[in-house]
Amino acid sequence: MIKMLHLLKQPWPWYVAGPLIGLTVPALLLLGNKSFGISSSLRHICASCMPANIPFFKYDWKKEAWNLFFICGILLGGMLTVKLLGDPNPVSVNPTLAKELAGYGITDYRNLIPEDIMNWRSLFTLKGFLLMIPGGFLVGFGSRYAGGCTSGHAIMGLSNLQWASLVATVCFMIGGFIMANLILPLILSL
Amino acid sequence: MKQNTSMEKDLEIRSQDAMCVNESQLSHKWYHNIKYAVVGIFFGVIFVKSEAISWFRIQEMFRLQSFHMYGIIGSAVIVGIVSLWLIRKFNIKTIYGEPIHVSPKKFNKGQIYGGLIFGLGWAATGACPGPLFAQIGAGATVIALTLLSAIAGTWVYGFFREKLPH
Repeated sequence: MIKMLHLLKQPWPWYVAGPLIGLTVPALLLLGNKSFGISSSLRHICASCMPANIPFFKYDWKKEAWNLFFICGILLGGMLTVKLLGDPNPVSVNPTLAKELAGYGITDYRNLIPEDIMNWRSLFTLKGFLLMIPGGFLVGFGSRYAGGCTSGHAIMGLSNLQWASLVATVCFMIGGFIMANLILPLILSL
Repeated sequence: MKQNTSMEKDLEIRSQDAMCVNESQLSHKWYHNIKYAVVGIFFGVIFVKSEAISWFRIQEMFRLQSFHMYGIIGSAVIVGIVSLWLIRKFNIKTIYGEPIHVSPKKFNKGQIYGGLIFGLGWAATGACPGPLFAQIGAGATVIALTLLSAIAGTWVYGFFREKLPH
């Protein structure tokens, strides 16, 4: 039992985590005909809190309440993992990346996000602000414009063999490559 | 009849770009939604333990320095494809006995423009919408502001939607 718990506390390999994430697709369908997708929750939050007479937000968001329960669950899952299955070791990354990031003063690997540049205090530095606030804006704007995010397009859409989702997924990756390799080095040098 | 049309209209509006419009004809009490929170909890645990929501792992992925994220997304998609195939082949119903229906995604240019914009944000924040919630839960409280900014981004999209190329 203790051995099992020890194993669970280690980072899970991709061949365990990936199939489990894939199983979310049939799980949500079997439980009530729900298509896996997370970015829609942001739209429901807009529709419930500040629809402002915008047609895009004028719908009965209560019918999509399951999606809001789902994201609350994700948040709780994050909390529970840290409490019960926390891994004391820092995330181990490719040495080439570690070397590159060290050049920008990023050496703290204990958290999911780089504590050196993303924390409450660094919110008032230019690079911390750019990564967290405009970065978040792009995530929300882009995913809705694309009609879905990694879950809705890359996982649900591709599982359903949709061309539109393949186009979206390829564009997600292109955008990511541009940011990580061309723009991010400039921001991190600030 | 009139009510019926307005219901159809509501579904039509919600299905604009939304992923989750599979309309169950059944109406349930609110607590039926708890089961989705349970799925969410499992999902959040997997997110954190697989490090798929780690900013560092996302940087590795976009620098082609690790197979990890490609393995996760690739195997998830394969399991998803097989499950949908099985559901259709054996005509599997939901736990309430309804036939399972997945709406197709229509192509529009938004998937290109929006996709590129989303990709930029994904690599900057190291998170897509799901991981934002898991990161906050895992204690990265400052990400709550990133989430608020993402909600603002969604709102601004809604505001300018008619003027944007699709």
